[in-house]
Amino acid sequence: MLRLEKLEKTYKTGDQALKSVQLQVPEGQVLALIGPSGAGKSTLIRCINRLVEPTSGKVYLGEVELTGLSSNNLRRERRRMGMIFQEYALVERLSVMENVLSGRLGYVGFWRSFLRRFPQSDVDEAFRLLERVGLAHMADKRADELSGGQRQRVGICRALIQNPALLLVDEPTASLDPKTSRQIMRLICELCKERGLAAIINIHDVALAQMFVQRVIGLRFGAIEFDGPPEGLTPEVLTTIYGEEDWEATIEAVDDDGDIKVTK
Amino acid sequence: MSEINSFISKPWSKPSFIKRPWLRWTLIIFFLTYLLAAYATIDVNWSRVYEGLERGKKFVLAFTNPDFTTRSSDIYEGMFESIIMTITSSVVGIAISIPIALGAARNIAPLPVYLICRSIIAISRALQEIIVAILLVAIFGFGPLAGFLTLSFATIGFLSKLLAEDIESMDKVQAEAIEASGAKWMQWINYGVQPQVMPRLIGLSIYRLDINFRESAILGLVGAGGIGATLNTAFDRYEYDTAAAILLIIIMIVMALEYMSGVIRARVQ
Amino acid sequence: MPVKDLQGKQIWQRNTGRESISHWIIWLIGVAIFAYCWQKISNSTTWFFVWDAPRIADDIWTRATPPRWEYITQLGEPIWDTLNIATLGTIFSLILAVPIAFLAAHNTTPSRFFIRPIALLIIVSSRSINSLIWALLLIAIIGPGVFAGVIAIAIRSIGFCAKLLYEAIEEIDQTQVEAITATGASRWQVMAYGIVPQILPAFAGIAVFRWDINIRESTVLGLVGAGGIGLQLSSSLNVLAWPQVSLILLVILVAVIISEWVSAKVRGAII
Repeated sequence: MLRLEKLEKTYKTGDQALKSVQLQVPEGQVLALIGPSGAGKSTLIRCINRLVEPTSGKVYLGEVELTGLSSNNLRRERRRMGMIFQEYALVERLSVMENVLSGRLGYVGFWRSFLRRFPQSDVDEAFRLLERVGLAHMADKRADELSGGQRQRVGICRALIQNPALLLVDEPTASLDPKTSRQIMRLICELCKERGLAAIINIHDVALAQMFVQRVIGLRFGAIEFDGPPEGLTPEVLTTIYGEEDWEATIEAVDDDGDIKVTK
Repeated sequence: MSEINSFISKPWSKPSFIKRPWLRWTLIIFFLTYLLAAYATIDVNWSRVYEGLERGKKFVLAFTNPDFTTRSSDIYEGMFESIIMTITSSVVGIAISIPIALGAARNIAPLPVYLICRSIIAISRALQEIIVAILLVAIFGFGPLAGFLTLSFATIGFLSKLLAEDIESMDKVQAEAIEASGAKWMQWINYGVQPQVMPRLIGLSIYRLDINFRESAILGLVGAGGIGATLNTAFDRYEYDTAAAILLIIIMIVMALEYMSGVIRARVQ
Repeated sequence: MPVKDLQGKQIWQRNTGRESISHWIIWLIGVAIFAYCWQKISNSTTWFFVWDAPRIADDIWTRATPPRWEYITQLGEPIWDTLNIATLGTIFSLILAVPIAFLAAHNTTPSRFFIRPIALLIIVSSRSINSLIWALLLIAIIGPGVFAGVIAIAIRSIGFCAKLLYEAIEEIDQTQVEAITATGASRWQVMAYGIVPQILPAFAGIAVFRWDINIRESTVLGLVGAGGIGLQLSSSLNVLAWPQVSLILLVILVAVIISEWVSAKVRGAII
């Protein structure tokens, strides 16, 4: 469903963030993107919806080639890609409801959105989503009154109300505590399953990634070093991605987590 | 799932900034009535305005062809006087501001000193430059001395207040460390306080220099010296090209000062 | 090196020799410039008047006190005009300052090399020139009256408001804007949802702050004929009616204090 062909990005400073990335994501697959800081994870995700303009290469979403689209057509395609951000990126001075409804901006005209007159079906859907993540009673709170975990839930609602086919998730747990991180990851994966969404989850916590996803991509210096199931992440593989380190502890932790997951 | 049914298929609207509806509507209606009343009391003589548009066009065109030469000696003298007033008043104003700022900082000064210095600042800030200039011209006679005194006086209110606020928000621990070493009061100020507020003092001083120059351009209107008198004459005689030349020079100098202050502030920080 | 080794003794100095010489030279030049400027001012001053100043000040004081209280009945309308000049002028300037600020902020400007410099030039021109000069100019163009005052205040305030506003726009959190862009929102929707909510508090603060300054400025616009209480001041001064002058100055003082109080209250309520 999503296809990247020889995607490259070189920043103006001369840093080559992506080197000829080839990737295919089938419908409904949840995929984790791991790698050290500066490996190009964020750039890759942002190149897909063109928040960062790729230098060369092609991105296909279904049959549509995103890389060549005019800005109007790009906006239409962006509606099919929901994005979830590292620092939540909620508009802090707007209410929770407005933040969720802002996911519908691609569907409603300017004046309607400006006067906050969204179609009733959008409002209903927003309440359903907020209810699903357990925040329906917070709808009229301002976003900056929420805790980190709650904000990320609102961010998830904003992405889902777009009715996307693909979720782009950029470090969803980086600013959350371990327990909340796990809850958020679980929520994202459950929602993907419910709705049959594909997702690319950019994450630095290897253990967390192994717990929840079906496929892991390891990125190093802007090139794909590993592509396989989470069980394939052996110490040798992690060493090629991250460099030399004692990986046994990490992998062991994964096993423990796996148990927890089963018992739940 | 019972809670959700209470939300579904009900319209949602953004909660208002002012929660109480009566207060919200009172404020809105009050404001609209005020606007209408205010608008009604301005009687604009539209035919006069229409006539004026021609002159306005001439003035705007004058900017493309400013006349620096015809009155060059007047412009030169006026500008020179403005700059002189700016420099002297800034130096004197800043020199007086520093002790007053020290006196107006609650964490340094004893209460009686604090109150005296704060009232000096309040008086200086409440009086418009141009009003002070009128009074000083009446007392000291025409000429740049009145302008110099006016600007010095205005500098005191501006600089002392901001500097005092900076001193009040300084890091207490650093000052305490110097005090603990047994320093005398002057030494304490020199080592404990001065280094902390110096960058801000320099930044504010340059900013005030900029303001003083801009203000010096209007003091001439009431006879307190500077370029204002020349400008006023140019307007009175409808010599728009000369006026445009003067305004361009002012804008240039302000831009240069702003650029300079940017450079200096970047260096002291 | 600040630490010198002189005959086996370590001598510490704050600056090196060359630095301290150049410091001295800079100070010397500064003092020389100041002395020269002072000389110039002194030359164009009639010192006889200055020595006479205490007597004149005392004379004015005795004439100006007590203020002519009954004159206050004639000040109602000028005060109302002054308030209107400040308020309407602020509103007009804000209407114009907002688009200029968006054109001047480097993260929202449509063209960095063409439109941005123009916007910045408008801002600096408007800021450099005092509202009294704008008023003089407008009176020459459209005739004396309140209208010229409103426009003068508006023109002067554009630069001030636009400058503070574009600095606020440049400081916004870019990821919030990115998030709205990623939903497929149009340029204007990104503006309304991503940028405007972030700068709204700054905008309100700037508006009230400038209104306060404009009250002060509009009290003196009448001196050049642009309406408001300054007209009364100017005519009283012309006939040397000092008791009226002192009353007007008192009224202005009270107006300034009230406006400062109001603006402080409103800013407190917003932020």
